[in-house]
Amino acid sequence: MHVVRGIRGTLQPFWVTLRNMFRKPVTVQYPEEKQQLPERYRARLILTRDPDGAERCVACHLCSAACPVDCISMQAVEAEDGRRYAAWFRINFTRCIFCGLCTEACPTLAIQVTADFELAGRDLLKLVYEKEDLLVDHCGTNSNYNFYRQSGIGVSAPRGRNPGEAPPADVKDLMP
Amino acid sequence: MSESLVTLALIAVKLGLIFAVILFMAAYLVLAERKILGRMQLRYGPNRTGPFGLMQPLADVIKLLTKEDFVPARADKWLFLLAPGITAVTALLVFAVVPFGPTREIFGQQVPLVVVDLNIGVLYVLGVSSMAVYGVVLGGWASNSKYSLLGGVRGLSQMISYELSLGLSLVPVIMMARSFSLTDIVMAQQNLPFLLLNPVAFGVFFICVLAESNRIPFDLPEAENELVGGFHTEYSGMRFGLFFVGEYINMVVLGSLLTVFFLGGWHGPWLPPLAWFLIKVLAVCAMFIWIRASMPRLRYDQLMNLGWKILLPLSLLNILVTGAVLLGWG
Repeated sequence: MHVVRGIRGTLQPFWVTLRNMFRKPVTVQYPEEKQQLPERYRARLILTRDPDGAERCVACHLCSAACPVDCISMQAVEAEDGRRYAAWFRINFTRCIFCGLCTEACPTLAIQVTADFELAGRDLLKLVYEKEDLLVDHCGTNSNYNFYRQSGIGVSAPRGRNPGEAPPADVKDLMP
Repeated sequence: MSESLVTLALIAVKLGLIFAVILFMAAYLVLAERKILGRMQLRYGPNRTGPFGLMQPLADVIKLLTKEDFVPARADKWLFLLAPGITAVTALLVFAVVPFGPTREIFGQQVPLVVVDLNIGVLYVLGVSSMAVYGVVLGGWASNSKYSLLGGVRGLSQMISYELSLGLSLVPVIMMARSFSLTDIVMAQQNLPFLLLNPVAFGVFFICVLAESNRIPFDLPEAENELVGGFHTEYSGMRFGLFFVGEYINMVVLGSLLTVFFLGGWHGPWLPPLAWFLIKVLAVCAMFIWIRASMPRLRYDQLMNLGWKILLPLSLLNILVTGAVLLGWG
């Protein structure tokens, strides 16, 4: 019995390799053929806009705090109505490890990942993306989320008093 | 005077041709191996350099030649530099006695298609091919690295355990051909190759040849997984390349030895003798590659067991049986 199993175990691999030799290789020949990436693939980061076309980012620094390699930096400023935004926003893609923790930390869904992974280049400084490189003209995922619409700005004027703002929800009203 | 000049010129041309053909075959065997292994593992293998990756050997040579020729600190420098050459040169030397075609008439001269037809060809083959292990051992010893040393030691003890059966498995061939000359051995197989007359000797010889070529399943001196690279861990650039090419030259040479001893050499129907020889050698090489794709590496003690407890008694018994049968037939 041992001998039979031994012989079969010796010969079987030859049949397997021979059969596989005539199958089509699974390799995707990259520069010519592109792989179909999953929808939620994590690669280049973008800064999205809210449905009104304004920047979503409120320069809260949560993404740069969450970033394990410290590749995000920004300068927060306030507009006249007290709305915060980033004066400059910089992501160093030579450092970025594409972990996506920044997108999970972002309270306004401003920073998001895309599936565009072709970032390679010879000049490292070209991989330091400024705000205008990062900012896109669409909402990314969650196309109807608007942070300030929900929360109000509430710095110089009380919440809900700014032009175009609905009064905030009275939470006590919602009690049963 | 002019006749001896022609003889000399013919010998020089023959040597040059054999050298070129073997090196060419070794280079493209590397490519063939990578291609076939790739396809067997559902990959393409090298296909970027030239059409179907056919320029890959050239690219490899350029890469190896332009790399740093590094000698590790406190290595035995001269042995370290010498060892790769031993492997490649001994492999080439073995081919000196391998006949690859019948005698031909060129410019009114009888030219045997073999570099030199020694009447003790088999002994020469065994002697020189066992020198090849010095490349492995000295390379491993001189590197001043534990992995290299282990690889070298393994190479040595592996050689001890299979070389005996390698020689003994050839004894029936010599008994049947009644000659030590490789040309006579091929001539004796005109009607029937020794593979069919004595399959046991072929089996033992084939396994020993696999071990001799230091390839899977007997690549214990290299053993990438546990010894990094074994005896060539510390080698870089063209010295590593020499070890590498030596292995493939060895493949071609051992393939031709297998062809000469058991597959009937250049004998075969319809096709010209040289074509038959080439086909048989390439078939053996393809078999080597196929085995590499299909088999795992033997463990150290398994190799010893196989060599001493199975192959050696088997080949001894085979000599007895062959002798008895030859006596019985007269």
